[in-house]
Amino acid sequence: MFACLHAPGNLPLLLECAAYFSPLIEEETSRDDVVFDVHGLNLIHGTPEKIAAEIHRRIGIPANIALAPNPDAALHAARGIPGITVILPGSEATTLAPLSLRLLGGSPELARTLDLWGLRTFGDFAALPPVGVAARLGDEGIRMQQLARGEANRQLRHRTDPLEFRETIEPDTPIDLIEPLLLLISVTLHRLCDRLRSNSLATNEISIVLILERAPEHPITLRFPVPMLDPMVFLKLLHLDLNNRPAPAPVEKIHIEMIPVQTRKLQHGLFLPAAPEPEKLEVTLARIRNLVGPANVGAPELLDTHRPDSFRTTALRMTPWQGIKQYSPQLVLRRFRPPRPVRVWCTDTGQPRKIISPIKEWRVVACAGPWRTSGDWWKGEPWHLDEWDVEVSDNSLFRIHQDHRQSRWCVEGSYD
Amino acid sequence: MTLSAVVPAARLTRPEPEVIESALGGIPRGALTEIAGLPSTGRTAFLYSLLATASSGEEFCALIDTENAFDPVSAAASGIRLSQLLWVRCNGNVEHAIKVADLLVQAGGFGLVAIDFGDTPPKVVQRIPLAAWFRLRQAIGNTKTVLVCVAQRIHARSCSALKIELTRDRILWRGRFPARLLEGTRITANCERSHRTQQTRLTIQAVSEPRQ
Repeated sequence: MFACLHAPGNLPLLLECAAYFSPLIEEETSRDDVVFDVHGLNLIHGTPEKIAAEIHRRIGIPANIALAPNPDAALHAARGIPGITVILPGSEATTLAPLSLRLLGGSPELARTLDLWGLRTFGDFAALPPVGVAARLGDEGIRMQQLARGEANRQLRHRTDPLEFRETIEPDTPIDLIEPLLLLISVTLHRLCDRLRSNSLATNEISIVLILERAPEHPITLRFPVPMLDPMVFLKLLHLDLNNRPAPAPVEKIHIEMIPVQTRKLQHGLFLPAAPEPEKLEVTLARIRNLVGPANVGAPELLDTHRPDSFRTTALRMTPWQGIKQYSPQLVLRRFRPPRPVRVWCTDTGQPRKIISPIKEWRVVACAGPWRTSGDWWKGEPWHLDEWDVEVSDNSLFRIHQDHRQSRWCVEGSYD
Repeated sequence: MTLSAVVPAARLTRPEPEVIESALGGIPRGALTEIAGLPSTGRTAFLYSLLATASSGEEFCALIDTENAFDPVSAAASGIRLSQLLWVRCNGNVEHAIKVADLLVQAGGFGLVAIDFGDTPPKVVQRIPLAAWFRLRQAIGNTKTVLVCVAQRIHARSCSALKIELTRDRILWRGRFPARLLEGTRITANCERSHRTQQTRLTIQAVSEPRQ
C-alpha cells in the first residue's frame, strides 16, 4: 500500500509527516506531493482507513490524502480527489475514472490527440480497447492507459538524505565552564554517533568550532588513526583537548561535524600478537600529549636524506608490519640533542688528540675517521661535516664531528 | 612465587643470538627488567635488540626517552620496525617518564615498554620513590607486556624480576690509522633474578654499524 499527500507549497511539512510514518519516501517528483510506502502500518494502526485518518491527524494542515495499491494511483487520487481517499485493490479504475485527463501527464502530442478524440476523463481513456491504443499511440499510449486504469505498478524511487553528520548547538546563555559545555556536546555526540551507526558508518575526524563571545572562534579537530564510533571516547578526547587548550571566552554557539567513513574491519586470529585497543590508545596518547607536548609523541620515521639526525614523527599506525624479518645487532648511538660543542686539539696528521668540554677534559686513546658528509648545498641549509669515532681516557666511546661551515667541533653522541 | 613465574610460558624469543636467550632464561613478561651499566657498556644495544625482537614479532613497542637520546637511524639498523614503535620524549623530566610508563602499561596491548634513563644522572633517578616502582610492578603484573628500564644503576630493587648489569671488557678496533675502524665492544652481563641467588655471566659482542 502506498500513500500520497498533496498540499500545494507545503513540501517540507509533507516530508516531515511522511518521514514520521515511513523511511521509504519517494524522491522529489513535484513541489506539491509526497509519495511514501505504508506497508506494515496496518500492524500498528489497523485498516487503510485508520492509517489515512492517522496521517490526517498528524499532518495538521488541509491536504489531500490518498492510499492506493500502487504509487501512481495514489498520486493521481491525491491530486484529483479532495480529502481522504482509500483505493482498495481492484477498485483503482472505478475510483480514478472521474479524474480529468489533464492530471495524467504525458507528452503534449499525446494530450492533443486524446483531446481531439474527445476524451476528457481517466474513465474515457481506460474504456478504449488496449490493442487499438497500442496500434495508434504506441508504447506511451499503453503506459498512459495503464496509469488511467490505476494498473501501473512500479517500485518507489527512494529518497536518500545526503550523508552529512553535523549539528549546531545554541545555548540560551554563553557557557564559560568546561563541564556544562561537555554535557551539552555529549548529547549531540551521542545523537550523531547513533546516526552514523544506523548508516553502518564510523568517523575518523571530528571538527568542533566554538563560536565565542567577543573573541575569535576556537576550532578543535580530533583525528583518529582508525574509524571509531564511541561517543565517550570522543568526549574524553575533547575534554583533554579543552583542558590543554581552553577556550579564551564564553561559548555562544557550537558547530559539530563528523566526517563519515566506512567502519573498521578486523580479521581476528588466535595466534595474532596483542595490539593496543585503538580507542583506549587514543585516550592514552592524548593524556601523554598533554603531559609532554604533542610534538614529543609519535612513531619515528626516517627522512630520505644523509643529513645527520633527520627524522620526523608520525602517528602510530595500528597495522602490524608484515615483511621479511631482518635482524642485525648493532652498536648504537645515543644522541646528544643538540650536539655539545667542544674544543678539540688535533695531531699533525689531523687526528683528534684531546677533547675539552666546559665540564671535563678527555685524552683520545683511539680514533677512526674522518667520514666526510655534506649535502643540501643547493638548498638554504647545507651541511658539511667530518665525523670521527673516538675512544677517550675514561673508556667512553663518542662520535664527534667537525662542522666546516661553522668552524666548530661537537660531540654528536656516545656509542652504547 | 615470583612475578616472572605468573606468565612462565610467555618469553621473548629472538632469532639471533640464542646465547642470550639460553643464558638469561628469557626476559619475563608481566614483570620489570632492569638493565644497568655505565655509558658505552652496550645497554642501549641490548635494549634495541629487545625492541627489534618484539617489533619483528609484530608486537607494538613503546620507548620512553627521558633524555631525548634515541637515534632512529641506529634503531632502524638494529632491526627495530619504527612504524611499530611509539617514541615519547620527556626532555629530561623523570617524573613525566614514570607517569607516561604508568599510562602505557595501564593502556595495555604493548609487547614491550622501555624506559630509558641511560643519560639521566643516577642521583636524579634515585629520587623516584619506591612506591612508584611498586605501582609499575603492580600495573604490569597481570599483563603480557615486558617492562624494561635502562639506567646507570639498579634502582627498582625488589620490584624488578630480572636485573642485568653490563660492564664493558674492551673496545674492538680494526686496522691502523687512517684505515682504522671501530669494530664493536665486548660486554659482560651479570644477571640476577629476583628471589634467587643464581647469577649468570655472559659475554656479548656488539658490532659497530658499517660506515661509508
